[in-house]
Amino acid sequence: MFAYYLQLGLRSLRRNPMLTALMVMAVGFGVAASMITWSVFRAVSGDPIPGKSSQLYTVLVDNRGPQYNDNGEPPEALTYTDATALVAAHKAAHQTLFFNVAPSVLPEGNQSLPFIADGYATNADFFNMFEVPFEYGGAWRAGDDDGRAAVAVISHELNQQLFNGANSVGREITMDRHSYRIVGVTAHWDPKPRFYDLFSHNAFGDPVQLYLPFTRAIDVAMDTSGRNNCGSNTDFGVGREAWLHGECVWVPVWVELPDPAAATGYREFLTHYAAEQQRAGRFHWAPNVRLRGVNDWLDYERVVPPESRISLMVALGFFAICMVNTIGLLLAKFMRRAAEIGVRRALGAPRREIYRQFLIEAAAVGLAGGVLGLLLTALGMFGVGLLFEPEIARLAHLDLSLVATTLLVAIAATVLAAFYPTWRAAQVQPAWQLKSN
Amino acid sequence: MQIRPILAAMRHHKAGTVLIALQIALTLAIVCNALFIIQQRITRMSRPSGVSESNLFVIRSDWADKSDTQRIDAQMQADLIALRQLGSVQDAASTNSFPLRGTGWDNYIKLQPDQPRMTTDSAIFFSDDHTLATLGTRLIEGRNFTASEVAAQKPRDAMHAAQVIISKDLARRLFPQGSALGKTIYVSMGQAPSTVIGVTDTLQAHMTGSWAGPYAYNAVLIPARLLNDYTYYLVRAKPGQLEAAMRDAPKALFAQSRMRIIDHKDGVMSFAQVRQRAYERDVGMAILMGIISVVLLAITAAGIVGLTSFWVGQRRKQIGVRRALGATRGDILSYFLTENLLIGIGGVLAGAVLAIGINLWMVTQFEMARLSLAYVVAGVAALLVLGQGAVLAPALRASRVSPVEATRSV
Repeated sequence: MFAYYLQLGLRSLRRNPMLTALMVMAVGFGVAASMITWSVFRAVSGDPIPGKSSQLYTVLVDNRGPQYNDNGEPPEALTYTDATALVAAHKAAHQTLFFNVAPSVLPEGNQSLPFIADGYATNADFFNMFEVPFEYGGAWRAGDDDGRAAVAVISHELNQQLFNGANSVGREITMDRHSYRIVGVTAHWDPKPRFYDLFSHNAFGDPVQLYLPFTRAIDVAMDTSGRNNCGSNTDFGVGREAWLHGECVWVPVWVELPDPAAATGYREFLTHYAAEQQRAGRFHWAPNVRLRGVNDWLDYERVVPPESRISLMVALGFFAICMVNTIGLLLAKFMRRAAEIGVRRALGAPRREIYRQFLIEAAAVGLAGGVLGLLLTALGMFGVGLLFEPEIARLAHLDLSLVATTLLVAIAATVLAAFYPTWRAAQVQPAWQLKSN
Repeated sequence: MQIRPILAAMRHHKAGTVLIALQIALTLAIVCNALFIIQQRITRMSRPSGVSESNLFVIRSDWADKSDTQRIDAQMQADLIALRQLGSVQDAASTNSFPLRGTGWDNYIKLQPDQPRMTTDSAIFFSDDHTLATLGTRLIEGRNFTASEVAAQKPRDAMHAAQVIISKDLARRLFPQGSALGKTIYVSMGQAPSTVIGVTDTLQAHMTGSWAGPYAYNAVLIPARLLNDYTYYLVRAKPGQLEAAMRDAPKALFAQSRMRIIDHKDGVMSFAQVRQRAYERDVGMAILMGIISVVLLAITAAGIVGLTSFWVGQRRKQIGVRRALGATRGDILSYFLTENLLIGIGGVLAGAVLAIGINLWMVTQFEMARLSLAYVVAGVAALLVLGQGAVLAPALRASRVSPVEATRSV
């Protein structure tokens, strides 16, 4: 019976092509608009490190006090002093700190021109905490951090550019005139949003190209290429040393705490640390510290662009109107066949059969709309670069799950829209229909 | 026109009536808000930058060897001389940032050194005596920097600018009464005051985000070369020679020294490109809202055509009877037009309330302005006209139903 009803449905689609085309277009446009904006939204609002996002926390300490801080909130990163002290304390299972670097990289051979590569000066814990996958070699050892070693990890992409993708572990890379030994090459790794570096507004930045030890970068006086926030500070003196040990924040710190008990413990430690600073006379206020998990941090920093939210909502509203439209058109289409329904009912078809026939017919409309929607979504993926800036637009892509969602949403929505028209069709009085014709 | 029989007829097809009214209401609500968003974005994009944008371009030069600040300083001065000597170039200046760049150095501005909270926030543009001429920005008060006032500034040292030039909007914000000229302000973390020696005409800051709205036109020009890991050169080409200058300038810089990096993709950008980048989000939003509005109106119109056609088909006999009883074609036509108008009025009333409701909600969720009532009024008129237009074809078809129909069957 299902196949027969489907056949009937498809035949009925051909019977009044105008009405059918209208419905299919409404469903198609509605579902395509929703899917295009949804694909962008899911990319910008997803969990960047599923499975571990509940164990990673960023550490914030108020070094400005109630008079200067941001409405009671500590600044969004730490000072060099606090960052290095907290990491050295080793109170969490793992802890990392970093700042953005943009050294000039000089490829081997005298023909090539230097270029700027973006990366992080960090410590060995960074790699296992953030689950960085490796193609060759691995992270440097904790001993390299303490030894202030001239070592580096480069990305798959940079390895392609510099060494044509060969295993470059053990080879040298020149950054800002200093030479570093490569210990690892990461596989392609680019979590989006880049939750750990929201301080420098890098949520959707280009993939990281290299990493080197924090301690080494400080030794060679590499400057941060990211944000440096001095707030409303008074004079911090002259020169790099004064700035380094001053109260400007520029170093994000992350800790890994496997369970809530560890998080509570760490929060206590942090409060204790701040209280100690107060006793030492550096802070003139009560401890004001935060431990923010990945999702909390993404929310707090408002990573999802308002444009993405607004366009998703407008698209959903648009879809709703398309569905109202479809209800009206289905009603017209079904009621036009009142005579046919009357005959079927008079010949003994129960209401259930009428329901079945018309819902299947609606599903056929939904399927046709879904296929059109899929085509439009695929087309929209090319145009998405026009609607969102490149960093965001490149996140939207058509994958199997989106294809399935598109078809499913189209069919489900149309069948849902068909309930009222079908109910009306099932209410048709056979006697009346037979009499009037 | 008799309205009562129309209302009575509507009661017989409640569902269709409600569906059309609902569709009109939702369409009005969304289209009003979408058009309002478009208008807001266009207003943002058409704000003046205060810069004479044609013939201006920007070069970013990173120092490949990150040499010491003294060498950077010497190189920057040599670069500027080389750029200014080019035949296609009118003037050039070095800076850390420029209007519409998107990010940059911001400082709190205070009127007293020990003031805990800032008076306002402002973009910091490192400048020299050529900057205003290169940007094409006019001084409305005071004087320009002299070459001897331009110092070298190391990035991690506190700033001590004895003289500054500020933008008109910042001057008005700091000194609402009277002139800012000769007054002292505190622009850096240091305790040293800076004297305002000049006020420019409108000059936009580097931040374009809506959150930076209150500071969008605050700029302080500091007379110094910032000796950072990179620098920007603002270059004004001679009229009509922008392309030639954009080709010549990087060559001249590389001839000066090869130990620099000028990105092949966005190392050299005309100001038109800078502007396009700054507002690509707004352009995208406006395009998306435009597409959605157009498709939405088309779908709503098509829906009205579809349902009305169905009603006309259903009522051919009644129409035939009316015609046989003496109703003119005009009567039938105006019947359907009036019916649609009544449904439309119901829809737009609900839609207007919904449009304002959605906007009020968006005001609380996003940094959005209140919807101006003019949009609602225009939207109401547009949807009523759209409804009448959509119903015209089926109504005309109805008016052509022959009185003979009345005699067929029944």
